[in-house]
Amino acid sequence: MDQFLQLVLAGLATGSIYALAAIGFTLVWQTSQTINFAQGEFVMLPAILVLAAVKFLHLPLPAAVLLATGAFLLLFGFGFKRFLVDPMLRHGVLPLAIATMALSILMKEGAKDGFSAEAQQFPSLVPDGAVTLLGATLSLRDIAIFGVAVVAIVALQLFVTRTRTGRMMQATAQNPSVATILGIPTERMILLTFLINAGLAVLASFLISPVYLAKFSNGEVIGTAAFIAAIVGGFNQVRGALVGGFVVGLVDNLAAAYVSSAYRAAVPLVLLVLVILFKPEGLLGRKEERTV
Amino acid sequence: MTSPLSRLDLNLVTLILGAAILWFVPVGMKSYGIYVISFWLVMSIAAMGLNLTLGYAGLKSLAQAAFLGIGAYATALITAKGGVLGPVWSWPLAFVVSGALTFAAGVVLGFPALRVKFHYLAFVTLAFATVMFLIFRNEQWLTGGVYGFPNIPRPTLFGVKLNNDLAFFRFLLMVTLVLSLAMWWLLRSPWGRAFMALRENPLRAASLGVNLRTYTLLAFAIGAGYGGFAGALYAPMVEFIDPAPFAISASFVLLLTVVVGGQGYFLGPFLGAAFSYVLPEVLRVTGGYYLLVYAALVLALLLVSPQGLIGIVEQIRELRRQKTAQAMRDASKVMLEAGR
Repeated sequence: MDQFLQLVLAGLATGSIYALAAIGFTLVWQTSQTINFAQGEFVMLPAILVLAAVKFLHLPLPAAVLLATGAFLLLFGFGFKRFLVDPMLRHGVLPLAIATMALSILMKEGAKDGFSAEAQQFPSLVPDGAVTLLGATLSLRDIAIFGVAVVAIVALQLFVTRTRTGRMMQATAQNPSVATILGIPTERMILLTFLINAGLAVLASFLISPVYLAKFSNGEVIGTAAFIAAIVGGFNQVRGALVGGFVVGLVDNLAAAYVSSAYRAAVPLVLLVLVILFKPEGLLGRKEERTV
Repeated sequence: MTSPLSRLDLNLVTLILGAAILWFVPVGMKSYGIYVISFWLVMSIAAMGLNLTLGYAGLKSLAQAAFLGIGAYATALITAKGGVLGPVWSWPLAFVVSGALTFAAGVVLGFPALRVKFHYLAFVTLAFATVMFLIFRNEQWLTGGVYGFPNIPRPTLFGVKLNNDLAFFRFLLMVTLVLSLAMWWLLRSPWGRAFMALRENPLRAASLGVNLRTYTLLAFAIGAGYGGFAGALYAPMVEFIDPAPFAISASFVLLLTVVVGGQGYFLGPFLGAAFSYVLPEVLRVTGGYYLLVYAALVLALLLVSPQGLIGIVEQIRELRRQKTAQAMRDASKVMLEAGR
């Protein structure tokens, strides 16, 4: 029982990272039909940038964090949209998806060749330690990851549903042409979703890297998990991506302990296929009407 | 103006001429050079299958490398240790079994996925590719796991064992030619036209009496079968296989190969495979940076021409056509003004 509780918390902690990545993935998909295969690398890179700023520019840590965040938002929020998505989107979804695949190789190899092929320590904001609850030893870091991610997601949800800008963003996602007619600056709203996506990636990166260490290949696992989480949750809903992230994190951790560690990577995918077969619109997704 | 028919015939000419030239290209090459072009041919076959699935039928499959793996491991199991049918007939059996297994896997995967929604095939194949990779890696008693499967023999043809690299390359070239001709024929047949009709406008195709589900399923299964054939050639080519080349990332690279070559163009897969599998070998001179350079090149290419390498050729053609048209317009304008 106490082992179970530990696994659940660890699952929720990794799940919240997946949820952050999956929400960004979903937002970008909603506003501009971009399937970002580099989403995992988006989560990998900010931590590497911070370490690179410390190592090469000899900046103190807070300055490095600020610089890395700013550079990442500029390059992979604004730059990603302006220089990759905008020119390619009119040629269809597939060439763009393939281009993000190439981008993911570029980011991965760039991090490897430009910084380091070894896993690096990343400073944690939360002290190492554990609390005991109902006989289970719960790591403080896991609790902190879960807590910070949940606060961020709730804030995002409030922003999207309660503020004027958030609602304009939603309108842009649902029907860009009508939104334009209503006077919503859709271009700016789309840019905003890309910036939010980059911001979520930065946050996820800073949360996960103290645990898993910063390494160029970290994106592979996170990217696939985020992709699955987005589909399981319904692809067209922030709420869905959130639930999807937690489900995938939990299933992954529990499967490793109770099913088979050799096949743990397959379990979330099998879950995905079952969801597709029995509830094609996703766990929380709405059925999309077909237009002819 | 070129009609689709004459373009296909141009494809046929290129195919046969290309094969004739390639027959003599590796003479005098070192075994590394022969290996690189052999590898290119094998991956072209796998990409050709995926091109049918993706470029002609419009289905996204993320499992082509897994099909390659199924073919490779089936071939290894059937032909190793003397072979189940002796040294002569084991490889032909393995070739047929590889194609049949992967075709069947395609049907089993495609049937439920396509029942729901076409783009769900991508997710189902993603799951399948992951499971297959884990099986290749974990079931050591069958596949050798991470230690690999050694001593896969080369096939024997007319009593001659193709141990010589050049002889094996020529054999590979002939098989590639036969498979390409079969694909060329398939695409020109009413079946191939039905595949294209599906991609262009599924609803209209259905209203014209094309059975959507059967044809999409067939396109996917045949594409998977080509993956299996490629695997049956890959295993004896390298003589040692391990799970790495059949990982999910390898399936992504194959998808990238098809798009980079030009999806929906008959010769696209050959160009794409040259880009994805020969170019990195050439780029090895840049040291550790070859993947970086390769990824940058892919990005640049797709930004310039989202239709891939063949798309560039088409763009140049289109430009020239417009120029001729403009010249004719200018000429007629002069004539009209002179006449007035």
